[in-house]
Amino acid sequence: MNSFLFMVRRDLRLALRQSSDNVMVVMFFVLCAVLFPFGVGPELGILERISAGVIWVGALLASMLSLERLFQTDYEDGSLELMALTPAPLEILVLAKVAAHWLTTGLPLILASPLLAVLLNMDSDGYGVLLLALLLGTPTLSLIGAVGAALILGARRGGVLISLLVLPLYVPVLIFGVSAVDAAIGGFEYKAQLFILGGLLMGTLPLAPWGAAAALRQSLE
Amino acid sequence: MKRIDRFANPNKFMKLAKAITPWAAWSTVGFLAAGLYLGLFDSPADYQQGETVRMMYVHVPSAWMAMFCYVGVAVSSAVGLIWKHPLADLAAKATSPVGAAFCFLALLTGSLWGKPMWGTWWVWDARLTSMLILLFLYLGHMALLNAFDDQTRAMRAASILALVGVINIPIIKWSVDWWNTLHQPASVVKMDGPAIHPDMLWPLLLMAIGFTTFYIWVALLRIRQEIIANKIRAIRLRQVNG
Repeated sequence: MNSFLFMVRRDLRLALRQSSDNVMVVMFFVLCAVLFPFGVGPELGILERISAGVIWVGALLASMLSLERLFQTDYEDGSLELMALTPAPLEILVLAKVAAHWLTTGLPLILASPLLAVLLNMDSDGYGVLLLALLLGTPTLSLIGAVGAALILGARRGGVLISLLVLPLYVPVLIFGVSAVDAAIGGFEYKAQLFILGGLLMGTLPLAPWGAAAALRQSLE
Repeated sequence: MKRIDRFANPNKFMKLAKAITPWAAWSTVGFLAAGLYLGLFDSPADYQQGETVRMMYVHVPSAWMAMFCYVGVAVSSAVGLIWKHPLADLAAKATSPVGAAFCFLALLTGSLWGKPMWGTWWVWDARLTSMLILLFLYLGHMALLNAFDDQTRAMRAASILALVGVINIPIIKWSVDWWNTLHQPASVVKMDGPAIHPDMLWPLLLMAIGFTTFYIWVALLRIRQEIIANKIRAIRLRQVNG
C-alpha cells in the first residue's frame, strides 16, 4: 500500500512539473469537440443529437493521446527496471501508475466535459449521467490503455500502433457510455448501462494491471 | 537434455508437416470442389432469399474460420507464453494473417449479401460490429508482430494482445442472442439440431471442411517457411561471426 501511494505521488509530482502536457490533453479534448459544429454545421438540433457521442469519442481519443508516455519515459531512463526489482508486486505499481494517469488526464476530461455539453447544446437531463458515465468509464479507458502502453515499449512507431491496439478494446465502454447518456436524455431508464460500465471497470481493475505487468516484464527481458 | 528436445522439435515437426501438407492441399481442392458444386448447382434456392442464399456457402464457413483462427492464435499464444514453446509462437504468427483474411472475406460476403437482402451494405448491428472489431484485433496482432526488431519480444507482446482480445470471441458468438439484431441467429450449431434443410446443410459442411483443410494447408506452409527462414538467418549470422 505504501509503495502504491508513493508511486502515485511520484507520478503526480512528475506530471505537475510538466503540467503543460496535461493542459494539452484537455485542450485536445475541447478542440476535438469544437471541430464538430464546423463539420456538421451549427444547427442546434443535430448537435444535440450527437453531443453525447462526440464528447465520448473526444474523451476516448484524448485519454489515448497521453497513454504513450505512461511507461515510455520510465522505460527509457531505466527506472522501470528498478521498479520491477522492488519487492512490491509490479501489478500494484502498474495500478498506481494507472491511477496517476487517470488523475492527470481522466479527471480533467471529466471536469471539462460539462463545458462541452453546453457548447454542443446537450439536453440538461444528460449532464449528471454524462458525468457519472465518464466517472465510471474513464478509469476503464486508462486501465485498458495501460496494457497497450506496456505492449508497445521498444516498438517502432509506438504512437500509431497503440491506437490500433487499444481502440478496438475501447468500443464497449464507448457503446454503453453513450447509450447511458442518450437514455437519460430520452427520459428512459439508464441504470443498466451505468451498471455495465461499472461492471467493465470491476472486470478490468484486476485483469488489466496483471496483463500490463506481464507485458512490462517481457519488455525488460 | 530438455534444451536438446526443444530444438529437436521443429525438425520432427518439419517431417510431419511435409507429410501432411499434400494431403491437406488435395483434400482442400476436393472438398471445395464438391461443396461449390453442391452449393451452386445442386442445392435448392431459398424460398425467401432466392438465389442469394448461395452466398451462405462462403460467408458462414469463413466467419466460422475467422473465429476458429482467433481461438487458435490465442491458444498457441498461451502455450507460447507459458511453456515458451517455439512452435506455438510460430503457429500464432502463421495463423493471424489467415484468420484476418477469413474475417475480411466474411465481412465482404456479408456486405454483398446484405445489399439485396437488407437493402444496405452495412448496418451497425452487434454481430457485424463485433466481427469488424475482430478484424481490427487481427490487424493489431499483425502490426505488433512487425513492430519490433527483436523477434522474441514481438512474439511475446503479440501473444499478450491476443489473449486480451480473446474476450471478443464469446461476444461475437452470442451477440445475435444477446441483442435482437438484423443478423439471423445461429441455425446450424443448436441444441435441438440444425434448423436448415439437409440439402443446404451438406454443401455448407463440405465447404466448412474445405475451409478448415485450406487453413491447415496454408498454416503448415507458413510455419515451414518461418522455420526455414530462421535457419537461414542462423546460418547467415554464423557466417558473419565466423
